[in-house]
This record gives sequence, structure tokens and C-alpha cells, in this order.
Amino acid sequence: MIDVLLITFIISLFYMAIANRMLTYIKVLAFQGVLLFIVVFIQLNEINPVNLALILLETIVFKSIAVPLFMAYVLKRNNITREAEPYLPNFVSLIITTLIVVVTILLANGVKDTHLDKIFFVVSLSSLFTGLYFIATRRKIITHVIGYLIIENGVFVLSLAVGNEMPMLVNLGIMLDIFASVLILGIFLNKIGDVFKDIDVDQLSSLKDY
Amino acid sequence: MIGIYLIGALSIAIALFLNRNKTIAFVLLGLFLILQGTLSAYAYLNLHATEWSYFTYDSLAVLLLLTLGIISVPAIFHSHIYLEDQPAPPDSRAVYYASVVLLIMGISAGYLANHIAVIWIFTEVTTLSASALIYHHRNKLALEGTWKYVFISAISITFVFIGILFLSLSLQNAGSDNLSFKNLLAQNALLNPFWLRLSFLFIFTGFTVKLGLVPMFTAGVDAKDKAPAPAGALLSSVLMNLGFVGVFRFYIVIANTPLHHWANLVIGISAFLSVFVATVYMIKVKNIKRMMAYSSIEHMGLVMLGVAAGGIGYYAAILHIILHAFVKSSMFFQFTQLYRVFQNKSIYHVGNYFKYNTSGALVLLFGFISATAMPPSGLFVSEFLIFRSLFEANQIILLVVVLLLLTMIIWAFGKNILKILFIPPVGFDDSHVPVISPWESSSQFILLALAVYLGLNPPAEFVQLIKESIMMLPN
Repeated sequence: MIDVLLITFIISLFYMAIANRMLTYIKVLAFQGVLLFIVVFIQLNEINPVNLALILLETIVFKSIAVPLFMAYVLKRNNITREAEPYLPNFVSLIITTLIVVVTILLANGVKDTHLDKIFFVVSLSSLFTGLYFIATRRKIITHVIGYLIIENGVFVLSLAVGNEMPMLVNLGIMLDIFASVLILGIFLNKIGDVFKDIDVDQLSSLKDY
Repeated sequence: MIGIYLIGALSIAIALFLNRNKTIAFVLLGLFLILQGTLSAYAYLNLHATEWSYFTYDSLAVLLLLTLGIISVPAIFHSHIYLEDQPAPPDSRAVYYASVVLLIMGISAGYLANHIAVIWIFTEVTTLSASALIYHHRNKLALEGTWKYVFISAISITFVFIGILFLSLSLQNAGSDNLSFKNLLAQNALLNPFWLRLSFLFIFTGFTVKLGLVPMFTAGVDAKDKAPAPAGALLSSVLMNLGFVGVFRFYIVIANTPLHHWANLVIGISAFLSVFVATVYMIKVKNIKRMMAYSSIEHMGLVMLGVAAGGIGYYAAILHIILHAFVKSSMFFQFTQLYRVFQNKSIYHVGNYFKYNTSGALVLLFGFISATAMPPSGLFVSEFLIFRSLFEANQIILLVVVLLLLTMIIWAFGKNILKILFIPPVGFDDSHVPVISPWESSSQFILLALAVYLGLNPPAEFVQLIKESIMMLPN
């Protein structure tokens, strides 16, 4: 079951590579949040109310409700056009994403560690690289944030693969930090929307050495 | 004490954020400086004690904490002058002071943390507070700088987190899940080398954004350019030291495993590229603040070269980051006065500084001598030791190339600084130049003198602390 969910997660990455509209990206992100919640829920050995509440907060509330709503709000408020406007055609994006997944599978095959479930490793690394690829090849600033969120989802999968839990306090700190960073990215995105006419990365090139 | 400090600093930051009254802000900042001083003194008196199980007052932390304690006093003093001179609306003033306090708190706690995830948390705190400082002017360029800084820092900090996850995979063989540095050192024989390698790559790459090395150095340069100069002084001295702490503490763990040489290679490549990149930009750069920021990158490259070379290089590296913090922060503090005279930060529109502000010009001259490590600068001693460590590690070719690059940096740096000091700017109307009290430069003279003193005649306790902080490293 977990395998099916994780493969669905990878398929959602492929879908993102060819998706054209900004809203689709946001919806896929929300969907990924739900997938992650189910994966964690199945993995739980015992139902501990505090733990469950934390996971619910992190996946459903945060990843699939709060952030997508916030992004949709940012999108609307700044009149960002609906097209994603990638530098490369979608077909090339799809090929590159596929290559990323294939390479990570090959890499994972080289790993000899009984502690690690390889599919988690493959999924997390491929979403990490897909996120970076997204950041590198999209024009809009908001797609950079979406790329960052894809990376965050990949990191979440990786943290599931690493079975041993970190202490509660540390976990909480990490969660708060991620939340704060997304929030602050959103705030500045709004500011950029106020100051610049069109939110393209090309506009952000006036800081120079001379 | 750390509990009192964190709660105290947080409540002072909140109070500063809410407060609009100048006198109250004064009192609160004074209180914070007292708190910071108390923490430093307490840390020194309780060396090796652990509190809250995540914070240890070890030698490296105490050294850097004392450095931070010293630099934070002029930082807040010059921030006050800066905000008086360029009046900001009361709310951005409040945000500025609150963020400075938060930044200093995050850096202090990051120094003291003995658990890699705790360092991670406080590094993120510094990113958030630094971004508020960079955005102080609320204009288009500040926005661009802030966005780049926040975004690259967010990605880097995620890299560090991935590294931490790999590290805990690496630790699984040992049957333990405690990621404190002490436990990692104790279990070093059982760490899985494959995961450890991946973990080191990710953690090192992530911390380079704070440390100012290739590959993530760009964000820091933009940040130091756009942040008000007193905040830039903190960013280019004590915050870089936080990045160093993150890398160095983990390096101590990895140096005790068979991966030591591989880690040296990774650090060495990154450090050499940083010196190279800094040279290229230093030759081209025309913005004075960015020039100082690139000079910081060069120094951090040298520090990490010392770490990679090993031997006496470890000692030199720690000495160098402390002295560099004093020198570079004093130059950034001086920049506020320079800007008040010329209202410009391009080399083309600045010049003949001796005529307008003699004491400030002396600071720039001495700062230049210190930053390029000419005797009697303290940095001369540490750089010399770094070169000796490279020589002893049989890296002669690397040493020659680095020395050539440094010569170019001295030339470029000197060309710009001497232009600022002596050559009159074209078309500069000096009828409105404000008179700047020499007293404002006194803090910078003290910092520069401190760098000379600590380099040439280090007190025995100081040497002892440095030796203790590198004790765990193999020779």
C-alpha cells in the first residue's frame, strides 16, 4: 500500500512537469500533502494522540490546506497570469524528470543498507532534484516557491525513511521553522507583487557590483 | 542561564517590536547588552558545563560568544546613530531593533548548541531576523536582496536538514539516535561511511550560505550590500562565524573517521574556489560594501584552507575567524560615516576622505592594512600560520596559487581604498558635508587594536581556549 502511494507521489511529479496552469501546481501540492498523511498514518505503529495531532498538523492542515490556500491567495492578489511559462517545453521537462527518477533508482540500487526502504530514498531524492529543476527552469517567482515546497515534501518523505525519531522538542522547532520560512517567502512574494509590475525573475537583476 | 537568556532576549525583542518610544527602546537595548554580557561572562566562568542538555559552554562557543559580546555593543551603538541620521518610520525602527536582538540571540544560541539539529533551528532563526534587517529600507533593491537571501537560505537550510537525516541513517548501525556531537564522536567507529559522506556534502553545502563559501555565497553578498551597514557588520562577522561553527563541529566528528582526507578534499576545493571567486569579483567591484563582503569571502576561504590543511592550520583558522570578525565589523561600522559624507557607495563618487573625516579615514586605512594581513595586523599572524600549514601539508602548488590570488586581492583592495582616501571625486559638491565627531570612530579603533593585540600578543587564556577547541582533532 505504501509503495502504491509513493509511486502515486512520483506520478504527481510527472504531472507537474507537464502541467501548464499555476492552479494545477497548487492542487497537486495539496494532493501530495494528503498522500503523505496516508503514508504516515499507515506507518504509525501505535496511535499516540499527541503524535497523531502533530502529523495531522504537519501534513493535512499545513501542507494540503494552509499553504495551498495561501498560495492561491497570493496568486489572486498579485494578478499572476495562469500560465506557468517555463523556459523549456513541457516535453523536455517530462524527459528530464524521467531521467531524474531513473538516475535516482540507479543510485538507490547501489546503496547497500538494510535499514533503508529504497523506495523512500528514490521518492525523496527525485522530488528534491525535480524541485531544484523546477526552480531553475521557471520564469515566475511563485514557481520558485512551489519548487521549494516540492523539495520540502521530498524531505518529509526522507524523514519518514529515517525511522528513528528525533526528540519532540527538536521536531517541533523544525516544524515551526519550516512554517515560518514558507510564511516569510509568501510575505515577500506579496511585497514583490506590490512593487514590480510582473513577477518574473528577470526583474530581479538590478543588484550589481558596479 | 541559557533559559534566562533565551526568555529574556525574546521578551526584549517583543517589547522592542511593540514599543515606539525612543527612551524605552534605549533602556531595553541597554538591558539586552547587559544580558548578552552576562551570558558571555557566565559561559566563561562555567566552561564545559551543559544546560538544558542541548547547550554546552565549550571553548569554541565561549570564544565566539565573547567575540559576539564585544561586537554587539558597537553594533547597537552604530545602529542608533544610523537610525538617527536616516530617520526611519517608527515601525521600521521597531522592527530593526527587534531583529537585531533576535539575530544576536539566534547566533549566541547557535554557538552554544551541542546538537546538530539545534544549530539548525537557530540558523533558521538568524535567517528570518536577518531578512527583516535587509528589508529595512523597504525599497525595490532591498526587496530584491531580501528575496534572494531568504530564498537561497531556505534552500540551503533544507540541505542541512537533509544532511541531518542522512546523518541519523548513518548512525543507525550504532543502535543510537542521539545526534549530539558528543555521542557522534563516541560512536564514530560505527558510523556508516556512505551516509556520512552524503550527510557531510549536504550539511557543508547548506552552511556555506552563512559561512560565505562557494557554492552559496551569492546571497550573503547581496544581503550585506542591502542591509544597513551596522547590521551588515553583524552579517559579515559573527553570522559567518555561526556558519563556521556549524561546519567545524561536524568536521570534528568526521575528522575522527576514515573519511578525514576526503572531507579535507571537499573543504579544500570549496575554499580554493572561494578565494578565486573573491579575487575575480574584487578586481571588478565598484560598490564599497560589496567589496568588503567579497573580502569576507576571501577570508573565509583562507580559514577553510587552514582547516583542510590541518596541523597548525586548525589553530590559525580559529584565530583568524575571531580577528576577522573584529576587523571586518569595524570597517562596516565606518561605512555608515563614509555614506553620511558622500551619500553614495560607488567608488566613482567617493574620494578624498581624509579631507572630510580624518579619524574615519584612519579607520579605513588601518582596516585595509588589517584586512590585507599586513603586519602589524593580527591577521598577519593567522594568515602566516595558515600558509605554514599548507606548506607543511605539502600543498606547495596550491600555496603558490593562493598567494598569487591574494596579491591580486591586495592590489584591487588597495586601489579602491586609496582612491577613497586620497583622490578627490569628480563633480562632488562638498558644501553640505556634515561634520562627523571623531568619537564615533573610537569603537572601530578599539576593535582594530583588539585584533592587533590578540594576534601579536595573545593572552595565555585565549591561546588555551583555542587549543581546547581543536583538541578533539587528529593531527
